[in-house]
Amino acid sequence: MTKIVVVTSGKGGVGKTTTSAALATGLAQRGHKTTVIDFDVGLRNLDLIMGCERRVVYDLVNVINGDANLKQGLIKDKRVEDLFILPASQTRDKDALTLEGVEKVLEGLKEMGMEYIICDSPAGIEKGALTAAYFADEAVVVTNPEVSSVRDSDRILGILSSKTRKAERGEGDIPASLLLTRYSPERVERGEMLSVEDVKDILAIDLLGVIPESQAVLNASNSGAPVILDSESDAGKAYEDAVARFLGEQRPHRFLTANKKGLFGRLFGAQ
Amino acid sequence: MSIFSYLLPKKEKSASVAKERLQIIVARERATRGGPDYLPQLQEELLMVVRKYVEVDQDAINIQVDRESGCEILELNITLPDE
Ligand SMILES: Nc1ncnc2c1ncn2[C@@H]1O[C@H](COP(=O)(O)OP(=O)(O)OP(=O)(O)O)[C@@H](O)[C@H]1O
Ligand SMILES: [Mg+2]
Repeated sequence: MTKIVVVTSGKGGVGKTTTSAALATGLAQRGHKTTVIDFDVGLRNLDLIMGCERRVVYDLVNVINGDANLKQGLIKDKRVEDLFILPASQTRDKDALTLEGVEKVLEGLKEMGMEYIICDSPAGIEKGALTAAYFADEAVVVTNPEVSSVRDSDRILGILSSKTRKAERGEGDIPASLLLTRYSPERVERGEMLSVEDVKDILAIDLLGVIPESQAVLNASNSGAPVILDSESDAGKAYEDAVARFLGEQRPHRFLTANKKGLFGRLFGAQ
Repeated sequence: MSIFSYLLPKKEKSASVAKERLQIIVARERATRGGPDYLPQLQEELLMVVRKYVEVDQDAINIQVDRESGCEILELNITLPDE
């Protein structure tokens, strides 16, 4: 059985690509054959985050158009077994990404025995995002603790419940879970940032994980290695927990509270 | 933040303002979700018509689509200001 997962958000720049890379890598590390597909036509980035930008020859649109076959388009990860990347094309013609074409690619990946297909959605709630979500069996909604991101996530949830193939066929809503990223417990404790509970209350979906705001994410993108491979880092551990929960494990949420400063720190500590 | 901020009266925290605003807007947007695409436009235009007669604010109009055994009901609530 293949499970197709869309990583989506509505709002841009909240951490979809970071999450897609981490989720796909984490699943493959656990021995699940996984492909991560970049649906951001024209703004390809996943290849950089995965560190395979210099190995890109063909892309998703090439495979759809038949310029290359699926095996030629897929890039096999050099660090993790069972992990494949299908980059987006840099073409400006967004119409190149047809639903029929995408379906053909997904069917091909199923035949290759992929267990998970992670679809890294572009921002927005238009065609690109709809195409990435259309065939999904499950959604991970990436949200930052900030008003416009939460509102956009709610809109995306509305779209997921009517515009996926399953919804259109009357097979009901696909399961969607919340991944709250760039979380800063210090700011939450000062009352300056929405808390996990606040966001959960508003969106009313299951919580897959909370990823702290972390320098490790920038380090990871600088070096082209998904942050989950930085297993000592807070963000790496938080993503690893999220992967475990995604696979059905129960794990307590970590990194939700600020590092306690002593009384001295509180009285004289910098803001 | 210094020791003095503990002594000063507290302003309402921005996170709780954010939560309140989000709850309102999200509830509004959910009410018209799944309904026909012209709903937001309809709501705008109805508001304009009402405003020709009385001054009401944005929140005074509430449109909701309900589905009951195969038929759709458009529910429209306009709260008039009490004078
Ligand atoms: N937990 C985090 N801590 C710190 N920075 C983060 C975190 N998650 C993401 N970022 C940073 O936020 C920026 C956007 O991340 P990313 O590219 O993953 O978002 P995106 O949702 O895919 O964006 P787009 O909508 O443009 O596709 C990047 O610079 C990334 O390094
Ligand atoms: Mg992205």
